[in-house]
Amino acid sequence: MDRRVIFNNKFLPYLLLAPQLAVTIVFFFWPAGQAIQMSVMEQDAFGLSKTFVGLANFKELFNDPEYLKTFWRTIIFSGAVALSALVPALLFALMAERVVRGAMFYRTILVLPYAIAPAVAGVLWLFMFSPSVGIVAYWLKKLGIDWNPKLDGEDAMILVIMAAAWKQISYNFLFFLAGLQSIPKALLEAASIDGAGEWHKFRTIIFPLLSPVTFFLLVVNIVYAFFDTFGIIDAVTSGGPAKATEVLVYKVYYDGVVALNLGTSSAQSVILMAIVILLTAVQFRYVERKVHY
Amino acid sequence: MSAQNIAQVDYSRSNWLPHVVLWIGLLITVFPLYVTFVASTLTPTDIAQTPMQMYPSLQGIENYTTAFTTGSKGTYLSPPAMTLLFNSLVVALVVTFGKITVSLISAYAVVFFRFPGRMFFFWMIFITLMLPVEVRILPTYQVVTDLNLINSYAGLTLPLIASATATLLFRQFFMTIPDELVEAAKIDGAGPLRFFKDVVIPLSRTNIAAMFVILFIYGWNQYLWPLLITTSNSLDVVVVAIKKMIGTGAEPTDWHIVMATTILALIPPVLVIIAMQKSFVKGLTDTEK
Repeated sequence: MDRRVIFNNKFLPYLLLAPQLAVTIVFFFWPAGQAIQMSVMEQDAFGLSKTFVGLANFKELFNDPEYLKTFWRTIIFSGAVALSALVPALLFALMAERVVRGAMFYRTILVLPYAIAPAVAGVLWLFMFSPSVGIVAYWLKKLGIDWNPKLDGEDAMILVIMAAAWKQISYNFLFFLAGLQSIPKALLEAASIDGAGEWHKFRTIIFPLLSPVTFFLLVVNIVYAFFDTFGIIDAVTSGGPAKATEVLVYKVYYDGVVALNLGTSSAQSVILMAIVILLTAVQFRYVERKVHY
Repeated sequence: MSAQNIAQVDYSRSNWLPHVVLWIGLLITVFPLYVTFVASTLTPTDIAQTPMQMYPSLQGIENYTTAFTTGSKGTYLSPPAMTLLFNSLVVALVVTFGKITVSLISAYAVVFFRFPGRMFFFWMIFITLMLPVEVRILPTYQVVTDLNLINSYAGLTLPLIASATATLLFRQFFMTIPDELVEAAKIDGAGPLRFFKDVVIPLSRTNIAAMFVILFIYGWNQYLWPLLITTSNSLDVVVVAIKKMIGTGAEPTDWHIVMATTILALIPPVLVIIAMQKSFVKGLTDTEK
């Protein structure tokens, strides 16, 4: 990875790195260190003194049924978002790969939700499904479906999952499309000549060859659902009703910023950090594998 | 069944099925946007009608004028959308240009020089990928308070300027610049800064464009950070303000103004992604390689 020809200069490279490193240290490493430090401390009610409590904050968290519930809820939420964003995206990509006329038009429209802020996406869906003014809520009522995300936790969860998946389909679609375009046409033609049907080709050729992309996207989608859906949840439900849509990131925010419980909030931050590190490691293992192809 | 038959079946099927499925996709994508657009052109009374009418009305002109120059009157006295959009634009542009500049020069340092600590610094930048704002909310907030950056553009933008993704992309691209170019430059007596300005930057144009789209959208759509860092309404970015305009139940929501502001808020990033679609697709798939 190293270049043969380089410039010789003792100070310039440090100068060039300085701005990025300054931001990194002040706003990333220092706060992360603080989070780790605070996670093993207990602050008294007036915020005057701190005492070292070891892993007590973590123990408290894992003994707290509320936290465990939030943990499971996050896993279900992420799984549901990933699945509902991956399956349609794959379907649309398979179809988009086959059309000639209008291909550019389809892609342009399907990519749009990527540009829309999570919180704004949340507002769009909140409005459509609002029991008082929403057009879709009205249709559901006509169909005899009892729908109220303001009172019913399950309805609220379904609503945030839909909004989150809607936004992520664009991203998945582009990656699936790129993946499909890299499958050698000769393979598919050979299969057709052997009399393989569409489904058979998909199962035996396309899907296996797409599996690295799919795996990569699965990780990316889980990371997205874990961390980037804060805006959606805050805009649509604020974690409610009765915490039914409170995921891990939302709880860190709520306990830290709203309830001002520094110790447990920091411990939660540290747990989240561990999760990101784990997911990033998994993601880069995939990249390594891909390089070996 | 002969091969010709199969080809015919394939042909006829590929003719309509993909279009039908893709149109369903378009419908799912566009419908929420369309409903929002229609609502942004109705009077509050029309919005409250169930079912709401599904075609726009001329009331829209008044709604957009009110949203743009006055803002919502609900529980949250929002500044006019022009202020909000201006704030978002400042944040998006400062973050985008900041990230691109800072990443270009640090990738340049890592690729074109040898110096003690080179890989250590590179890894330091890389690791920030694993520390999103969401994970270090409170302590970062505290640092920004200590530095007196609360309620300022600096506080809104500076902490977002480090970028592992952009640095990785530029580093990857810089490594493909042929050694001969560097040699030629050295023979001509061009120093590292001259080479950076006259060779590296012009060669990086497509990559810079790709990063521009992704980072502009990233900056414009920031939510959690501005929510924490601004307590004064006049510094709110548009995305945060929209959420605040929606009443919590006690007060009715000015839906027509909220919807008009929502449309105004999504126009800039949508225009950028449409205008620079090629760069965007390339940039997105390249950064993840």
